[in-house]
Amino acid sequence: MSLAWFVRRLMLMVYTVIVVSILVFAITQILPADAAQSLLGENATPEALSALRAKLGLGDPTWLQYARWAGHVFTGDFGISMRTSLPVGPEMLMALSRSLLLAVSAILVTLAVAVPLGVVAALRQGRLTDTGVSLIAYLGVSLPEFVTATLFALLLADTLHWLPATGYVSPLENFGDGIRHLVLPVLTVSVILVAHVMRMMRSETLDVLKSDYIRAARLKGLPERTVLFRHALRNALLPVVTIIALDVGYLLGGIIVIEEIFAIPGIGRALMVAITTRDLPSIQAGALIMAATYAVTNTFADMAYAFLDRRIRYD
Amino acid sequence: MRFSIGESAMTELLIRLMRRPQGFVGVALLALIVAACLFGPALAPYAPEKIDFLGRFRAPGWQNWLGADQFGRDVLSRLMVGARSTVPLAVIATFAGSAAGAIIGVGSAYLGGRTDEAIMRTNDAVMAIPGLLMALLLVSTLGNGSGNAVIAIAVAFAPGMARVTRSAALNVRNQDYVKAAIARGEGAPWIIFREMLPNVMAPIVIESTIRVSFAVMLFATLSFLGVGAQPPASEWGLMVADARQYMHQAPWGLIAPSAAIALTAIAFNLVGDGLRDALNPKDER
Repeated sequence: MSLAWFVRRLMLMVYTVIVVSILVFAITQILPADAAQSLLGENATPEALSALRAKLGLGDPTWLQYARWAGHVFTGDFGISMRTSLPVGPEMLMALSRSLLLAVSAILVTLAVAVPLGVVAALRQGRLTDTGVSLIAYLGVSLPEFVTATLFALLLADTLHWLPATGYVSPLENFGDGIRHLVLPVLTVSVILVAHVMRMMRSETLDVLKSDYIRAARLKGLPERTVLFRHALRNALLPVVTIIALDVGYLLGGIIVIEEIFAIPGIGRALMVAITTRDLPSIQAGALIMAATYAVTNTFADMAYAFLDRRIRYD
Repeated sequence: MRFSIGESAMTELLIRLMRRPQGFVGVALLALIVAACLFGPALAPYAPEKIDFLGRFRAPGWQNWLGADQFGRDVLSRLMVGARSTVPLAVIATFAGSAAGAIIGVGSAYLGGRTDEAIMRTNDAVMAIPGLLMALLLVSTLGNGSGNAVIAIAVAFAPGMARVTRSAALNVRNQDYVKAAIARGEGAPWIIFREMLPNVMAPIVIESTIRVSFAVMLFATLSFLGVGAQPPASEWGLMVADARQYMHQAPWGLIAPSAAIALTAIAFNLVGDGLRDALNPKDER
């Protein structure tokens, strides 16, 4: 793990963000909606329309429009929302913070549930517990978020009345109520994550238990508990870092649906609102922020992996 | 390993696939789904749009086996007819995305060196956009509807498939028969399509089969969000979205299409995993 590798990895992240920004801009620019028309409404005079088009630079070549947009984004200026006439940047970042609360809670729940289950399944390979865990994993990856969300809401909120069905309360204002509102969304996001991590943990533990150093540790006469916790688990846990980082991409996608269903004012919901109202600056900002979050998380996960796994030399 | 599509090879593959219980269940479920797609409308007890105001929210029973929805429409009939507007589209989207990804992946491996590096780095960068987000952006640009949702899913799938194909194609690239073809002076299209592509079919088929389950879920999600299939289609995701408002009166309206989506996803997952085991005899896990 050399400095050069770190620098290279960071450059790769910057490249990713640039590619993503070009893509997001390219896809949204071919939107059939005319920005000037949607700003001024249906009854705008042709003169007013062309004046605004000139002001917004809509007649300029696409690359120039992109450069102007990217330059503004680089300084943190995401433009003005067409829907609310407020700056998009602060609104989106506020929404992102709510989404991150949801995402981080989901990852913590996932680790707490999936790691022990995966290890137990590996230790009891081929027996009933293992089959049960595999079945749950299969079901987990085969249910889309909107189905799990709806079924959980039907059971826990509508039938048993344990939890509020929708809404968001900031845990900073009212901690208890905030957590109660978070349970259903976190539970829903965690389902697929738990399935992934559990599967990964199971196969990694199986691999590690077959390895020479575990055999050596056992032959040395170490107690099974020490072999399992000090030798096997440590190494089996490493790839979990990677799979969690990759799942952040899924998580960000899943959040769009879950925030929509549970009415959480996070970045996913902000993006959905922007898409349905054709609010171009908000769509661009939301998509770019989400993809950039993914790129950054992945970079840090790679670095954490390189740091934790001293066996691997990157150069 | 040569992936030949001879009839006996296919039969043998099917037998190996069915030998394990997971594979058997997967193939059986898949057969059921294919039957629903082919004969669903013919076998459905009612017309999917037949409104019956006396039978609103009728619970499952002898009249409506899976109950009736807010218009008294038969849920089972809608499911059976809806299979056609869900599953084949997901398969088409996956096929298109896999084909595009496979060509990019094999092409990149063939070109090799810095070009390969540049293509794959860019490919990885595109993958930073989550699949659902990419699909949503594309559909919002192209316009709502099933056809555009299929295009969006195909585009969202291509980079992932490119990555999987490329890693398989890198091995093939160093095989003697590819080197021989290059030495013979064959052109790039010949080498990519006739020499390399047939030999990376196995991982592509496995990955695509598993991905159909994601496509089914993604397609249903887009419809659920209102940008995929449009009412009054009985697409399954749309049925869930419709039934959500009435989940107190008629939970069956919600549970039946949810189960249909889950079973379809499970079927493709099981068959994909089964294919992986059947095509890789080395891996005992």
